Amino acid sequence: MFGELWESFTDALEGLGSVVHFLYRLVVNTPRVLLRFSLISQQVFNSGALSLVIIMLSGLFVGMVLGLQGFQLLQRFGSAESLGTAATIGLVKELGPVVTALLFAGRAGTALASELGLMRATDQLSAMEMMAVDPIQRVVVPRFLGGVIAMPLLAAIFSVIGIYGAQLVGVQIMGVDSGSFWSQMRHAVSLTDVTEGIAKSFAFGVACSLIAVYQGYYATPTAEGVGRATTSTVVTSAVVILFLDYLITAAFL
Amino acid sequence: MGPSGTGKTTLLRLITGQVSADSGDIQVAGQDMRVLSRSELYVLRRRMGMLFQNGALLTDFSVFENVAFPLREHTDLTERLIRQLVLTKLQAVGLRGAAELMPAELSGGMSRRVALARAIVMDPELLIYDEPFVGLDPISLGVILRLIRRLNDTLGITSIVVSHDVQEISTVADQVFLLSGGKVVAGGTPQELKTNPTEIVKQFIGGLPDGPVPFHFPAADYFSELMSRSEDL
Repeated sequence: MFGELWESFTDALEGLGSVVHFLYRLVVNTPRVLLRFSLISQQVFNSGALSLVIIMLSGLFVGMVLGLQGFQLLQRFGSAESLGTAATIGLVKELGPVVTALLFAGRAGTALASELGLMRATDQLSAMEMMAVDPIQRVVVPRFLGGVIAMPLLAAIFSVIGIYGAQLVGVQIMGVDSGSFWSQMRHAVSLTDVTEGIAKSFAFGVACSLIAVYQGYYATPTAEGVGRATTSTVVTSAVVILFLDYLITAAFL
Repeated sequence: MGPSGTGKTTLLRLITGQVSADSGDIQVAGQDMRVLSRSELYVLRRRMGMLFQNGALLTDFSVFENVAFPLREHTDLTERLIRQLVLTKLQAVGLRGAAELMPAELSGGMSRRVALARAIVMDPELLIYDEPFVGLDPISLGVILRLIRRLNDTLGITSIVVSHDVQEISTVADQVFLLSGGKVVAGGTPQELKTNPTEIVKQFIGGLPDGPVPFHFPAADYFSELMSRSEDL
């Protein structure tokens, strides 16, 4: 019993160690990849632009729900005008980064992991090695950086659309005063709140992209292995996102 | 040549530096593979071309871009020159007309020919083929065979072909080495190998089902295993 526990503990530690080592390899190779920015911008498009629709739709709906729930709650205390503040802080600090990251893991993370896994399974990565092209530099780092760049942008878009969603429900439907919705928001939301949101989405971007490329790059080169890599990308990302969320929130208190 | 699981592919990987040897030394083009740094290894690899079993074409790129890939990565040639080089190599494998196709649209034999064009685009001194005949129809097989021989002769390069097809190898090879159980058991021209009296060589060349490589996977004694009472019955 304790033996098994100890074993799974050391296994987890070993896994963490190899992820960190992988991250180190990515970072070491980053400067050279930055010189070929077209490779990265292609990946920002793949991870970012192709996730736009799902991010915008989700942002709108999350914002609308916030508008509805927030209005009901705030009205009990007679402060429905603070709806703008409440919704914005909720979105910028918490829901924007977290929901975006979860969607990103499901949409772009799985695509990255299965793409890399398939490249491994069909010998494409070995073929690159044999052509004296480092697959880490040519394939993995651009995808990693693409994700890191795309995530904060997506989170910002999510939050902005969410705020408009809250405004749509709160002001247009529930009848909160438009002037107080916006002006209270501008007074109460501080730069620290925005910084916290940006820090979170940046951290989530690093985590999600790292998990996805790591799972794909080291996938067992079979159909089953690639499937498993995709699944564990989503599962691991979700847990890590929520854990990091707590840590960063605590750090900003 | 050698039976499956005898270490042929491992030997190739050792030669190309994809795995490193636990003991012994490997000399490629006069360089000791064990002491090469990563960047020295990459410099050496530019002088090698390798054809993978299934071609290993990059699925995001067209046939043209696949062949152009090493040029774009390693050289600063003009677009015009790249185009000319790629088209010449594609012409050599007979697929200039397929330049704009995607790898998914190619048959097995065609992908291998494209991969071959890609392997020779940097003008290597050493070409390595990993099981190039597996799963090809007779026509594609004939094409690949002819290409291996012709590229070898016209480009003046060294070719290493790993295979277990006795017939094909005897038509194309100058020197054959037979591997078994991780060791070289025989070597010589295809003709010499045919007359080699060793049991394992005879079994392999003749395709005999039983011999030094046994038909039966090692197991407990047949009779006693059949007669024994298993606990869970």
